[in-house]
Amino acid sequence: MGNFKLPRLLLAGLIFFIIVMILSPDMTGALNGYFMVIIERSLIFVILAISLNLINGITGQFSLGHMGFAAVGAYVSGTFTSIWFKLNPHTLSHYPVFMICIVIGGLGAAVVGFLIGFPSLRLKGDYLAIVTLGFGEIIRTILNNIDYVGGPRGLLGIPMFSKFPIIMLFAFLTVVILRNLVQSSHGRAMLSIRENELASELCGVDTVRYKVMGFVIGAFFAGIAGGLLAHLLTLAHPTQYGFLPSALVLIMVYAGGMGSLTGSVLAAFTLTFLTEGLRVGIDALPEFTIASQTYKIGTEWTMVIYAILLILIMLFKTEGIMGMRESRILIIEEKK
Amino acid sequence: MSALLSIQGMSHYFGGLKAVSNFTFDVPEGVIYGLIGPNGSGKTTTFNLITGIYTPTEGKVLFEGRDITGQKPFRIVQGGVARTFQNLRIFGNLSVIDNIRVARHFTVKSGLFTSLLRLPSFKQEEEVVREEAMQLIKMMHLEDRAFDQAKNLPYGALRRLEIARALATKPKLVLLDEPAAGMNPKETDDLMGLIRQVRDDFKVTVFLIEHHMKLVMNVCERVKVIDFGETIA
Amino acid sequence: MNIFSFQQLVNGLQLGSIYALIALGYTMVYGIVRLINFAHGDFYMLGAYAAYATFFLFNAYLAHMSTGYGLTFIVLLVAMLAGAAIAMLSNTFAYKPLRYKPKLSSLVTAIGVSMFLEYFFSAFPPIGPSMRGFPEILPRHMYQFGGAEISNYVMIDLLVAAVLMTGLTLLVQKSPLGKAMRAVSQDKDASKLMGIDVEKIISLTFFIGGSFAGAAGLLAGLTYPRINPYMGILPGLKAFISAVLGGIGNIPGAMLGAYIMGLAETIANAYNSLLGEGIAFVILIIVLLVRPTGLLGEKIADKI
Repeated sequence: MGNFKLPRLLLAGLIFFIIVMILSPDMTGALNGYFMVIIERSLIFVILAISLNLINGITGQFSLGHMGFAAVGAYVSGTFTSIWFKLNPHTLSHYPVFMICIVIGGLGAAVVGFLIGFPSLRLKGDYLAIVTLGFGEIIRTILNNIDYVGGPRGLLGIPMFSKFPIIMLFAFLTVVILRNLVQSSHGRAMLSIRENELASELCGVDTVRYKVMGFVIGAFFAGIAGGLLAHLLTLAHPTQYGFLPSALVLIMVYAGGMGSLTGSVLAAFTLTFLTEGLRVGIDALPEFTIASQTYKIGTEWTMVIYAILLILIMLFKTEGIMGMRESRILIIEEKK
Repeated sequence: MSALLSIQGMSHYFGGLKAVSNFTFDVPEGVIYGLIGPNGSGKTTTFNLITGIYTPTEGKVLFEGRDITGQKPFRIVQGGVARTFQNLRIFGNLSVIDNIRVARHFTVKSGLFTSLLRLPSFKQEEEVVREEAMQLIKMMHLEDRAFDQAKNLPYGALRRLEIARALATKPKLVLLDEPAAGMNPKETDDLMGLIRQVRDDFKVTVFLIEHHMKLVMNVCERVKVIDFGETIA
Repeated sequence: MNIFSFQQLVNGLQLGSIYALIALGYTMVYGIVRLINFAHGDFYMLGAYAAYATFFLFNAYLAHMSTGYGLTFIVLLVAMLAGAAIAMLSNTFAYKPLRYKPKLSSLVTAIGVSMFLEYFFSAFPPIGPSMRGFPEILPRHMYQFGGAEISNYVMIDLLVAAVLMTGLTLLVQKSPLGKAMRAVSQDKDASKLMGIDVEKIISLTFFIGGSFAGAAGLLAGLTYPRINPYMGILPGLKAFISAVLGGIGNIPGAMLGAYIMGLAETIANAYNSLLGEGIAFVILIIVLLVRPTGLLGEKIADKI
């Protein structure tokens, strides 16, 4: 290793990190706290989108319950940090414990991913969609009924541990790990299942094992994202993890391009910012009066716009912005 | 010569329809073996039964003396039986080299964590896989297109890619399902040379299904004729 | 209350009737274009809202419209037409252009259509996201029968479902149109060669499926008198599971599955409300593990 070169991805991550840190309220303050939260949220959605892309785009399965896994991560890690360990974000030594709790949340989600994945992966795409959708609903119903974690009120008082550097670290590691996975023998086995399951099996790929593996890894990272989100918002609520947020992540994956990690990262940022922009924009619209009734244009219109966006993508640009391509930053160089 | 593959009294029914009836035959090691018969005579079904896509209603499949009847396809492939398809089943969005590397993945010992962290042992192993894949690509004269998406290749090249992919699993027996389908006479001639070369270079046994009588008569050292699931010669 | 009483049987059949009407649409559309039409539950919601709107429009402009069976019948027709219209529109604009693209693209589009309908209705000011009470279009009467309390609503639900299902069965089995539908579900290309206008048949299938969902929406609005824009999600899912239970693509199967589902849910609910909410998914997982083709379904072999 004579001429050591910083890998492109690490470089890109560092540049992004440094820029945001310089602009953050702690330093120059060019970005206010509100903007920081949107960036942090975007990074969490990066984790969610690329982990769903592993399941839907890379392995060619179909999950509609991705937020169910995030819920498991959120509630498990939230229970650990708030109820059991009573961690305090002002104590620096609590941060490593917090990160372990997040990983435990991820592992919890992975276990659930295995339990769900193993029986249902014998099913083809559209059946799988329904089972995973049903799974998301079951998780929500169960959470609604467990008083220990707040039932329908949600789990409150989760400490605010999800600071930008921590979220950045987790998001960056997720990107690196999933990139390494996709560009390895294991990842190629997963891709081949998407391309042609029968041929894949007849190339000696244990398709069931790899499908479950895709599900478990995807669930693990979704759990991590859920944990981070709960510690950003300081609460976990069953409605945060229903069908709709799952559909939002799905839109990110499709808009970015099925199978393209780059696309998912871009789409996660774009759509998170767009969501906030629409929310603010719609809120600013004046009320109007028809037949002596006053109406306010509600933020539900954001979702109407997303629904139309999803339909338009499917009709006119099925492969998404990036298709299956990756940015050079995310490709591991191979000599030709 | 001992029998590499031995089919014993194999039958298969789809519902009430008899697709393959009481097949018994041996494929000796090291030969190029041909199976011919008209459309619907159960040739592809025979391949599907050998590779575990279907489980025979009756009878047994022995490979190297082991009973592989009813095993999962990927196990059978890992055990040394590879095949190609009549209607190509290429991984279209993967590059040519990745198509071949998929078929080598099960010999890779690096576990998931070694791969995720890209440890040195993983890199070494990937390098070996890559080298071997490149050799196969050269043998099939695909080196110019090694990093292109497979779906952009012409038809004849795809046929060769499928054979290369089958060979990448390091098989002892290669099943070729109508390898000359859709080929012109020139390509068919080249294919005949290629099949012999595959057998000689890789020391594999070749078992092929064909309509193309010229190819069968030229290449195959043993031929079996079937009609509607019954053996007639 | 006894979990296995006659009353429970009646309640279960009543719920099953509503599921059956929705499930038929799922199964017919799946049978003919192999699409799980995610938005189907929303067609049901639309039927309920169309009925609601009709009632109030009638009351506002024809103030003397009396409640009763006549009005119920008119409102039923409107609900069916609304369901049918929206089903055909979504087919034309969202599903038809993707007919020959990978199957999952239509599924994702269907999710988009579903989201659009739900959020458009909750965003649209005159409707809004909140729960509304459904008007009592028909005065409720109670009858005692075999130890159970049975309202005229129960009879309406059972009767409407029975009439529509009989009509559908006759249509599919006896009429030339039914024959064409069965042909298209077997093989689109061959049907085209036989001179069948495949797209027209598909469109009609959506029409019928949508109208049944609309009818179910009205019945649900009457029976469980609260409606909101998201009311279609869960019944839609349960009806879909009923269709899978019966064997997706199979019309008698969908009816059978729906009645089993209605009974199972009623019984489970009496036992424990959490179980009542979850029983559908338990059934789904069991079916998929034990008999993925459903009770009456046949195995479709993949060509290799």
